[in-house]
Amino acid sequence: MSYAWHWEVFLQPAASGDATYLGWMGAGLAMTVALSLAAWLMALVCGTLAGVLRTVPNRLWSGLAAAYVEVFRNIPLLVQLFIWYFVLPELLPPAWGDAFKQLNPVTQQFAAAVVCLGFFTSARVCEHVRAGIESLPRGQRNASLALGLTLAQTYRHVMLPMAFRLIVPPLTSEFLNVFKNSAVASTIGLLELAAQSRQLVDYTAQPYESFIAVTVMYMALNVVVMSGMRWVERKAQVPGYIGAK
Amino acid sequence: MYEFDWSSIPGALPFLWQGMTVTLELTATAVVVGIVWGTLLAMMRLSAMPLLAWFAAGYVNLFRSIPLLMVLLWFFLIVPRLLESLLGFPPGSDMRLTSAMVGFALFESAYYAEIIRAGIQSVPQGQVAAAYALGMSYGQAMRLVVLPQAFRNMVPLLLTQAIILFQDTSLVYVSALADFFGAAYKVGDRDGRLVELLLFAGAVYFVMCYAASLLVKRLSRKGTAA
Amino acid sequence: MISIRNVGKHYGSFQVLADCSTEVNKGEVIVVCGPSGSGKSTLIKCVNGLEPFQQGEIVVNGVSVGAPKTDLPKLRAHVGMVFQHFELFPHMSIMANLTLAQEKVLGRPHEEARAKGPALLDRVGLRAQAAKYPGELSGGQQQRVAIARALAMDPICMLFDEPTSALDPEMINEVLDVMVELAREGMTMMCVTHEMGFARQVAHRVVFMDHGRIVEDAPTEAFFGAPRSERAQQFLAKILHH
Repeated sequence: MSYAWHWEVFLQPAASGDATYLGWMGAGLAMTVALSLAAWLMALVCGTLAGVLRTVPNRLWSGLAAAYVEVFRNIPLLVQLFIWYFVLPELLPPAWGDAFKQLNPVTQQFAAAVVCLGFFTSARVCEHVRAGIESLPRGQRNASLALGLTLAQTYRHVMLPMAFRLIVPPLTSEFLNVFKNSAVASTIGLLELAAQSRQLVDYTAQPYESFIAVTVMYMALNVVVMSGMRWVERKAQVPGYIGAK
Repeated sequence: MYEFDWSSIPGALPFLWQGMTVTLELTATAVVVGIVWGTLLAMMRLSAMPLLAWFAAGYVNLFRSIPLLMVLLWFFLIVPRLLESLLGFPPGSDMRLTSAMVGFALFESAYYAEIIRAGIQSVPQGQVAAAYALGMSYGQAMRLVVLPQAFRNMVPLLLTQAIILFQDTSLVYVSALADFFGAAYKVGDRDGRLVELLLFAGAVYFVMCYAASLLVKRLSRKGTAA
Repeated sequence: MISIRNVGKHYGSFQVLADCSTEVNKGEVIVVCGPSGSGKSTLIKCVNGLEPFQQGEIVVNGVSVGAPKTDLPKLRAHVGMVFQHFELFPHMSIMANLTLAQEKVLGRPHEEARAKGPALLDRVGLRAQAAKYPGELSGGQQQRVAIARALAMDPICMLFDEPTSALDPEMINEVLDVMVELAREGMTMMCVTHEMGFARQVAHRVVFMDHGRIVEDAPTEAFFGAPRSERAQQFLAKILHH
């Protein structure tokens, strides 16, 4: 095979702006990280709320939370993204829709991607939170109530802290999924890492280097997140506690 | 307020149906290849031969750490060029769609491999010992004793993964393959009715996936009852 | 103190409790016993409203448990309960287990709540364990901590739901000793237990349940002297002969 490798292409000044192609890639990486972290934060908050609602002794609330999960779990991520980005602004009251469309395009893309990924992931977080809560012995809830804590206090101080410790491993893989799923944002034009790889192919005419570099970056992100979560897992360990069933 | 106009959908149904057949074909291929190749990978990963185990672990970890969209781009943009230059195909011969399909199947195999590995490991060690004690070879023990039990335990998970995979097929949008979603997008774009077409696509996916997930739930309940 | 009047409870068509009535006066110790599935655990959980019931009334210290407008957390704050499986909170140190409800429910300042800890742990013989986590203690030790946790709330009465039945035999006595001590100090106690030695030693009355009904409710000596019902006799014969 007679391909001419030119890794130094990344150090050349890019076609536009004053950055190098390496700079482009760095900007893509930063965008991927910002998008993923924002979406993850949102997913944790919404997912925890929905997960708690799924376990409360109130048919209406648990039913609503179940419907929430089904909606976000049964529509492809890409379709959800397009709906947030292309459809929702049309359906909002015109004043809001116009306000959204007047935002800086990058802001629009970023906002749509965060909301989309956030809700999509929250449905999965919700199911893990629910499973964590349900795997706690029922007596824990009773013991807390018997001490006079309200149901809300019981969730806050007794059930959620334990449930979260139990679900660190599945949450780790959801967190990794957020980073991988964030690549979908490239389809609405957000210049995150995957979109940059395409750009680099077009501009540098060195497709292999570009794709290899971006792929390696995703793998590196994976390793960083995984070791971060391992640290969390160690921190969350409860002395003397052997897995609950 | 937005005024809906659904009139472009009825006329487009044959085209959308064509897209759906592509989606289903893609799903079926990836499920079949995924389970076969995934089983082989899982067995390699659990095998005592370090080289095989190492290869399978590398394969699975590689595919699981990068986005499906990146894999599809690889197989859409890069692999065809590679094949062209390696095998001397005339440039321009269109392998891009097949290539994307292969990429999709290879990607999903990594996920299947992990499910199947967990399934194999869920079969108690004593079962393998008992099979060996009866004089079975490794292959026989796997084929006759371990895998049948493992697959029975895994059926709900494999099916759930198939539903996820069905949704994932929409990502072939990036390789310009006209699957169901791609078709809906094209129609919406052509008629200026993107809102309706996207909502319609979402609804179709939802109904199909939700119905399938209910089936899986019922199936796994029956499985545990028996 | 605790007044149970004609209480009935059912899940669908299955009757768990039927027409149960009894009375626990201030300073009294009542032992509730009966075969498994007789409804004794359910009955004791009705007393602090952990289990809802459909018929009858339970009044604790003048407050009706089943009434819709009763502030259950407020009531429970003063009714101590000890569970079969201890139910210490595994992610909190022993000290944090003792202080959580004092702070969150009674609103005691952190320092005041902590200050109660050593004396309570002394009382159950575990002063040295304050910084440990529940998983690092034996079952007997955990149950003693659970008693201390309930006492930290200054309860007006204590409910025990089979406190020794999940324990290894060699740990039962350390828990019973703490309970005997409590009874001698005049604590009002309602105990679901099969420990007949404990019943003989400190109980004022024994309540025997079967199939969701209170079959016998007699002073301890009368109960062990000559139980009137055949079921109670059979039960005692079984339980005392192994």
